[in-house]
Amino acid sequence: MIRLTWRQFRTQAWVAIAALAAIAITFLVTRPSLSNMYSASGIAACQARNDCGSLAASFINQVRADAAYPVLYAVGVIVVFLVPAIIGMFWGAPLIARELEDRTYRLAWTQSVTRTRWLAVKLGLLGLAAMAITGLFSLIITWWASPLDRAATLGSPILANRMMPLLFAGHGIVPIGYAAFAFALGATAGALIGRTVPAMAVTIVIFAAVQLIMPNFVRPHLIPAAHTTVAVSAGDANWVAVGNGLLITGKAAIPGAWIFSESGHVYTGPAIQILKTCYNGPTSTPACGSAFASLHAQMLLAYQPASRYWPLQAYETAITLALALALAGICFWKIRRRLG
Amino acid sequence: MVSAVIETSGLGKAYRRTWALRDCTLAIPEGHVVGLVGPNGAGKTTLLSLAVGLLAPTCGTIEVLGEHPAVGPAQLAQVGFVAQDPPVYARMTVADHLRLGAWLNPGWDGELARQRTGQLGLDPRQRAGSLSGGQRAQLALILALAKRPGLLILDEPVASLDPLARREFLRGLMEAVAERGLSVVLSSHLVGDLERVCDYLIVLVASRVRVAGEVSALLASHRRLSGPRRDPATLPAGQEVIEESHTDKQTVLLIRTGEPVHDPAWTVTPVSLEDLVLAYMSQANGTRARRPQLGVVS
Amino acid sequence: MIEFQLDETSGVATYLQLVQQVRQALRMGMLEPGDQLPTAQQVVAKLAINPNTVHKAYRELERDGLVRARPGLGTFVTRSPSGTDPATQARFLAAMTDWLRSARAAGLGPDDIEAIYRTAFRDCFTEGAA
Repeated sequence: MIRLTWRQFRTQAWVAIAALAAIAITFLVTRPSLSNMYSASGIAACQARNDCGSLAASFINQVRADAAYPVLYAVGVIVVFLVPAIIGMFWGAPLIARELEDRTYRLAWTQSVTRTRWLAVKLGLLGLAAMAITGLFSLIITWWASPLDRAATLGSPILANRMMPLLFAGHGIVPIGYAAFAFALGATAGALIGRTVPAMAVTIVIFAAVQLIMPNFVRPHLIPAAHTTVAVSAGDANWVAVGNGLLITGKAAIPGAWIFSESGHVYTGPAIQILKTCYNGPTSTPACGSAFASLHAQMLLAYQPASRYWPLQAYETAITLALALALAGICFWKIRRRLG
Repeated sequence: MVSAVIETSGLGKAYRRTWALRDCTLAIPEGHVVGLVGPNGAGKTTLLSLAVGLLAPTCGTIEVLGEHPAVGPAQLAQVGFVAQDPPVYARMTVADHLRLGAWLNPGWDGELARQRTGQLGLDPRQRAGSLSGGQRAQLALILALAKRPGLLILDEPVASLDPLARREFLRGLMEAVAERGLSVVLSSHLVGDLERVCDYLIVLVASRVRVAGEVSALLASHRRLSGPRRDPATLPAGQEVIEESHTDKQTVLLIRTGEPVHDPAWTVTPVSLEDLVLAYMSQANGTRARRPQLGVVS
Repeated sequence: MIEFQLDETSGVATYLQLVQQVRQALRMGMLEPGDQLPTAQQVVAKLAINPNTVHKAYRELERDGLVRARPGLGTFVTRSPSGTDPATQARFLAAMTDWLRSARAAGLGPDDIEAIYRTAFRDCFTEGAA
């Protein structure tokens, strides 16, 4: 059964290995000069000297100046996001759907192997392969990007850091969980729908939906958010009229953290009447400036600090793996029930 | 007492609101080549799929070789199946399919598989998708035979083959039966194929079994009676009319009976297997109720 | 060794055709006591029929005392059906041929001849065993 699984899966395996090799070579070759820039920047010892913010900023600007690096960084993240999706569509969806569509199940399920064992070996073996190959992709790309990720975490507010939604599932171990999930999703869609192309379509749509739902509704609450209030600086202040007061917000930056909720307060009173006339903000006139300063305006932030990166990765990986197992359970139920 | 290879009791299978098979009660004895005949859509594929565990019954029971179908590896190993329009993996070669057989069947006889493949002139390196219909059927038969089953089930194995390929397939099948005393159940909508090879017949029409038994017993118990025009109701109790036709002066009946016919008014002739099957098929369609006028109406 | 043929259109059961062909071969002298009949496998390989049919035919021939099955070795002819030798049969064949010629010369057609033959045959064999 193991040998049969490999034989039927050969083409997809070679494609994956070729892609992995291409990525590995590209990123291996470009890493050394990135490392050099990083060690030259002195960020490694910045915490002792307390100048992380400026060193990180200058390092990142230096990297950005080179045309290739930002592109490679983006490509790396996109690849790691895409690999689970592709696995779901091309490994998962055809697994059972193909057998049903081509009606070869009438051959496969009348040998001396029970349907349960047939499915268990296929899902187990290919699921593990999916996780392994995605893990390797993520390993290479995360390792390549680690100087940049470290810089972003330590101090630079200019760059999105690895905690943020756009990047979170592009590095680390979470892609492994997503690979298992996408594979199981594809296999289940194939088992329920019975045709390969519709199953591929359903898989990609649901996977994309999950990638949108996770950062917006689930990840913020995986660990109870940290809260803090920060003062709104005059230079960053913004307001909108609410009733007869003003809702004042500003810009917030916490190094390496993911701020997913910023709420300002509504202020009322005489100072507000003055500010309403300040069309260029608190810095328009000295009167505006003092009116603003008298408010001691603050914002409430809900965020996940940088230190929670690995715990969040672990929890999300566990959730996706649990989803994968649940989907696999549906697969087994469907295969055993539908046709006897 | 001969043991049954397939035993069903009140077996039925329904899809949404239509019954593909109902009230099916059979005891198919071992050591026979059993023909399952009936028109397309009668339920033959349904019955065979139930026997190999690809479908689950809606009601009733079925036991194959004394066990629930596909209940475990040992039972699966004992039953070989050749499905309709035999399925093959188009992109895998003939040799790959034989390897598949070896990997998935502990009882695999590689020597037999190689021998038959060579005998039939199948190129091991050819992709199964480019085989002709006859070659594909032969490959499926090799896969089913080389696992050394005690029971072989074939669903319309020769329906889409040309006459030569058909004869070759049946020859290969009968050789395997002669070598190993295999029990075989094969379905077809063509009676001619079955006459040569079957010694037990099941007629399935419109999802119900109409008649089942050893071919020699069936032929011995059915007769064609022709004579002057007569109402079939006047026949003695032991003679059941399966098919009737009348002209203004003549009546021809196909009857089933346990005793010889003594009435001198009848000319009694034996019935061929094909006529027997056709009679049961038309009985099932209710055409017996009609009395078509044949010949010249004066 | 005898080679069997199958006439699917004759309406005669397959096993009976095999029995008749063995009897005919014995009568014609093509099979002699001691000859081996084809094995079920050989017959099946040529005719693609059910091997049980072959077994049934051979069992009937054995019941009539014409052949004997020796386990592991095959089925062999024991004696010819009529118990008379080919020379006797040749003599009666010659007499029959002469009779037919003179009947034709006298103007009798095939149907007349057949009717006469059947009447005589029936009378002869219903009187009791010959």
